[in-house]
Amino acid sequence: MRSRTLYDKIIDRHKIQALDDRAGPGSQLLLYVDRTVLNEYTSPQAFTGLRDAGRGVWRAEAALGVVDHVNSTAPDRGASVGDADAQRQIAYFAENGRDFGIEMFDVLDPRQGIEHVVLPELGWVLPGLVIAAGDSHTATYGAFGTVGFGIGTSDIEHLLATQTVTYTRLKTMRVRVVGDLPLGVTAKDLVMALIRKIGADGAAGHALEFVGEAIGALDVEGRMTICNMSVECGARVALMAPDDKVFDYIAGRSRAPSTEMLERAKPVWRALASDPDAVFDREVDLCAGEIAPMVTWGTSPDQSGAIDDAVPDPACLPADRRGDAARALDYMGLEPGTRYEDIAIDRAFIGSCTNARLDDLRAAARILRGRSVAPGVRAMVSPGSSSVRRAAEAEGLDRAFIEAGFEWRQSGCSMCLAMNDDVLAPGERCASSTNRNFEGRQGSGGRTHLMSPAMVAAAAVTGRLADVRALATREM
Amino acid sequence: MEKFLSVTGLAAPMPAANVDTDVIMPKVFLKGIDRSGLARGLFHDLRFDAQGGTRTDFILNRAPMQNVRFLLTGPNFGCGSSREHAVWGLLQYGIRALIGSTFAGIFADNAANNGLLLVTLGDDERARLARAVGPDGTEITVDLATQTVTCGGLCLDFGIEPSRRQALMEGRDKIATTLQMKERIRDFEAAYFAEAPWLARGGEA
Ligand code: SF4
Repeated sequence: MRSRTLYDKIIDRHKIQALDDRAGPGSQLLLYVDRTVLNEYTSPQAFTGLRDAGRGVWRAEAALGVVDHVNSTAPDRGASVGDADAQRQIAYFAENGRDFGIEMFDVLDPRQGIEHVVLPELGWVLPGLVIAAGDSHTATYGAFGTVGFGIGTSDIEHLLATQTVTYTRLKTMRVRVVGDLPLGVTAKDLVMALIRKIGADGAAGHALEFVGEAIGALDVEGRMTICNMSVECGARVALMAPDDKVFDYIAGRSRAPSTEMLERAKPVWRALASDPDAVFDREVDLCAGEIAPMVTWGTSPDQSGAIDDAVPDPACLPADRRGDAARALDYMGLEPGTRYEDIAIDRAFIGSCTNARLDDLRAAARILRGRSVAPGVRAMVSPGSSSVRRAAEAEGLDRAFIEAGFEWRQSGCSMCLAMNDDVLAPGERCASSTNRNFEGRQGSGGRTHLMSPAMVAAAAVTGRLADVRALATREM
Repeated sequence: MEKFLSVTGLAAPMPAANVDTDVIMPKVFLKGIDRSGLARGLFHDLRFDAQGGTRTDFILNRAPMQNVRFLLTGPNFGCGSSREHAVWGLLQYGIRALIGSTFAGIFADNAANNGLLLVTLGDDERARLARAVGPDGTEITVDLATQTVTCGGLCLDFGIEPSRRQALMEGRDKIATTLQMKERIRDFEAAYFAEAPWLARGGEA
């Protein structure tokens, strides 16, 4: 049989039938979807569609619902559900779960959290699956060797009704990361460096596969950060071949297969890798050793630089990027040539499906211990899930945050997209561990600088964007 | 879903790169449980200032662009969040097709599922069309049967994936089509789960 990439192997395995007479990228096929996760804001119209057409759900146990986008993250969970609109979405979500037999985690459920944090920690994401869900960051599951991709509401309805999607096969791109990440440089910096290098649409139409020592050296959480944020360079799917770290991560979780089943699965999972001579449509190389802690300066995730650098002059950028860059700087209230480390912040936020897992909180807490949030800065942390929150409290991370002056919030998407009451005021500048710095993303007129959680902690205590390596020498 | 055959109407230039779905449909309009009322949210923060005043410099606020039917878009239009509300809002505002260079993946699927036509042109052709349409916009015709965009004397051909074109022209219900393959899906499942018994739901601790 001809050599195949990991992506093609998984797609071939889930292909029910071709929908046109083409082959390769661009061809259409009916694709079987193993599992999905639903949230309260992209699913309601899908359920209404099912109701209106008198259709049922094909396989209710293949879906799980989590309230995460609109809920409040106020510390006192019981008393604050959100505004009337949020309550209506949450109530309709629960009703849909009941009527269609789908399990739903409501706001008070101890397993509640951001969907892409919750699924892996349940042990529900397994190598070789196809998971499609109504959220672009479904690509996160690529860290397990799963093809995860985001779909819109019409396709959620199609998936619920048929357990399939009509799928267009993507092109493939291999990202080879050679060498090791320097001290103080994280998975977030790596993926931000990739986005900067290839652009916000650099991987459009492609499924990425990450390979190389630097990837193997990362733990599963760091790999999730990379697959998650690959969406910001246009990738619909990001993949990494699963290894023992992945199998160990899964073992023992509440919904993982039994030990006996795991042993049966492992030989199959080990074969989930691209063939040695598989041909990719594109190849990109990154030198891990050259990557520095990254920050964004603009309103697109590819508008970024190394923290020890300065805001670029649009006039020095390629002609086709100048207009957008000038507009971004205007929105961000920044002058070309300003050193990143001279940019003062008003807010600091640690959260989101990109960077709010336990290791992320540990990395930030290491910087915060013995330090205080700078005067005038409001800092908050929203753990990626209620389980992460409990685990962090068990090892005292909450104390580190609270003593430094951070608000220790409940879990949810929170200020990643600011659909609840966690929002920036117009003009406020925020150091944020999230994934999108779009205009208005964290609040109308708000200004977002993306960076790693440790870098957010460094900015919070400095009051300005700051190089975590200067603060962390004794801790690392 | 409304069929797309041939549509004539005003086209407005919107050439910025990476116009994301947060800008197309800001989050305050995502709080419904149905699809209604989204025309109001379309490009809201570009159309209105913080006090709710109309931003007269924004292309869609200039007469006669309230009746716009087409946007000439820049690269990577529709990137970011998967929110289908962006597509619903464009259609509810009256926009029937976008003509640009590249569209983000999820956005493109959402557009196809709702009958919003996306036309991709090469750099040269896009530049010619942009010149013909001008900075203030003008009337054009997009014909899906002949796969052409016409503006004054200019007529450009475009390509489109055949099954997408068919679906747009018929206004087809995709779920009904897939459900005709019910047996195949059942057969697939039987074989698939027999080979991967670990996919049966594990016991919860
Ligand atoms: S945390 Fe942000 S990116 Fe992740 S699912 Fe929530 S809103 Fe989307």
